Amino acid sequence: MSALFFQYLMAGLTYGMIYAVVGMGFNIIYNATGVINFAQGEFVMLGGMIAVSLVKILPLPLAILLAVLATMVVGALVELVFIRWLSSPSVLRMIIITVGISILIREAALLIWGQNVRALPYFTGSEITSLSIGGARMSPQVLWTLGACSALVALTTAFFRWSSTGKQMRACASNRVAASLCGLPTRNLVTASFILSAGMGALAGCVVSPITYTQYNIGTGLAMKGFTVAILGGLGSSLAAVAAGLVLGVLEAFAVSVMPSAYKDAVSITLLLAILFLRPTGLFAARVAYRP
Amino acid sequence: MLTVRTLDVAYGAVTVLRGVSLHVKEGEVVAIVGANGAGKTTLLKAITGLVRPRRGDVRLRGESILEVGTARIVARGCSLVPEGRQIFGDLSVRDNLLLGAHVQYRRGKAAEVRADLERILGMFPILGKRSGQLGGTLSGGEQQMLAIGRALMARPTLLMLDEPSMGLAPLVVKEIFNVISTISLAGCTVLLVEQNARGALKIAHRGYVLETGRIVLEGSAEDLLASREMQRAYLGRDVNLETARVTT
Ligand SMILES: Nc1ncnc2c1ncn2[C@@H]1O[C@H](COP(=O)(O)OP(=O)(O)OP(=O)(O)O)[C@@H](O)[C@H]1O
Ligand SMILES: [Mg+2]
Repeated sequence: MSALFFQYLMAGLTYGMIYAVVGMGFNIIYNATGVINFAQGEFVMLGGMIAVSLVKILPLPLAILLAVLATMVVGALVELVFIRWLSSPSVLRMIIITVGISILIREAALLIWGQNVRALPYFTGSEITSLSIGGARMSPQVLWTLGACSALVALTTAFFRWSSTGKQMRACASNRVAASLCGLPTRNLVTASFILSAGMGALAGCVVSPITYTQYNIGTGLAMKGFTVAILGGLGSSLAAVAAGLVLGVLEAFAVSVMPSAYKDAVSITLLLAILFLRPTGLFAARVAYRP
Repeated sequence: MLTVRTLDVAYGAVTVLRGVSLHVKEGEVVAIVGANGAGKTTLLKAITGLVRPRRGDVRLRGESILEVGTARIVARGCSLVPEGRQIFGDLSVRDNLLLGAHVQYRRGKAAEVRADLERILGMFPILGKRSGQLGGTLSGGEQQMLAIGRALMARPTLLMLDEPSMGLAPLVVKEIFNVISTISLAGCTVLLVEQNARGALKIAHRGYVLETGRIVLEGSAEDLLASREMQRAYLGRDVNLETARVTT
């Protein structure tokens, strides 16, 4: 029983880490622009799909690196082409634009890759390799996913806390006018937030693809989960989104053990609606997010 | 140093500035005074490229800066301490100051930035004591000093301040005005926007009076302080306000 429990827990944490990374991506762009970027899930899809294509001709690490870089370029293009020229768009307009971008990327992916389900090879071992931890059996890829996503979260946090570009991005997020009065290149910093967010999504998409597989349309579901997580944590706060992601992942995993797996997605939607009704500032937010 | 010529600014259909012309010479302290809604903040926003004027020209050292963009205007040595301080609340005092030095880093003057940081922390000892604290936790007066310090970190040749005395206790106001005099003595040209006409004109060389978007009066600071119109419209009311503040 406890081994089974552990198995569900690990599965939950794996998915939870992915949701956390997507949620963090939402937050980075939200902080910089006040925009919820509904194309966030497409970055995860692109990372996985591009890496799968590249791995046929390149070694795995290089394929992943190039896939992440290519997705970062897409992120930059999204900002440069669709977002940058809007001076002070309404929230509704921004939602329509980012949903539009996500449809565009998805359709392009369908054209390029078709409907086939793909996956990267396992980073170490194969589908049948399994590690035994505490009596529970799991794929080493689970550890890769947990490790890579935790490292990503830690690096991103360190970047915002200590690096000078990270501090500039925070300044720009907290008060764009004041940032430009400090001589900061505010528009480029916003582009940087799209690049960062796209890169994070893409890397998550690569490490998780051997377990969850990837397809042109996985972005929508992930965006939904990431959005739930971002809201759950209180929009804008990254570490809270990580905690919320883990909570959602684990909840889903245990939900599957007591009800048909077709209802798995219902968990996040129920949670999202409940949060929006009961505690719109998020589970962990002690105060209403302040944005000047 | 700075020349503004027949500037018109409108927000949508509402014209806020009409034919505003003024100049600031190198080394001067120039005050712009006017009541709420006169258009003082709008004028400073137009100079720093935060709003686009409908007509007219703004020249910094002879070159038009209308199309230059805020960040580049700062890089050219014209800094604004904005209305309401606008410090970065969730960054430390020290980080706020270092962010202000961005253009200095771009000029490749990292060594000078370190010296400037020490100088500014010396100029505002309270900031030195609080350098690790988040900007948002400072008091109003401390935030104003931080905002001024942050602007000085860019090593501006023209410093513009938008109502630095707003909402501060008389003693702190006095301190802020002293600081502005010191900055001017150190060779920085100052354009000071204030509702506290008396305080501003006392440290200024010249002044302009802005009323519903037009310059209605200009002259040397002594002349303005002595002028009857000023006494009636601004200084008189100021005195009343000040006594009211003391008695309540
Ligand atoms: N973004 C804006 N959109 C529309 N109208 C504005 C905007 N900003 C300012 N105004 C209007 O322009 C006029 C001048 O405003 P401004 O802020 O320049 O005045 P001010 O002299 O700085 O006043 P105060 O002393 O209260 O700061 C006001 O009537 C104000 O309502
Ligand atoms: Mg004002």
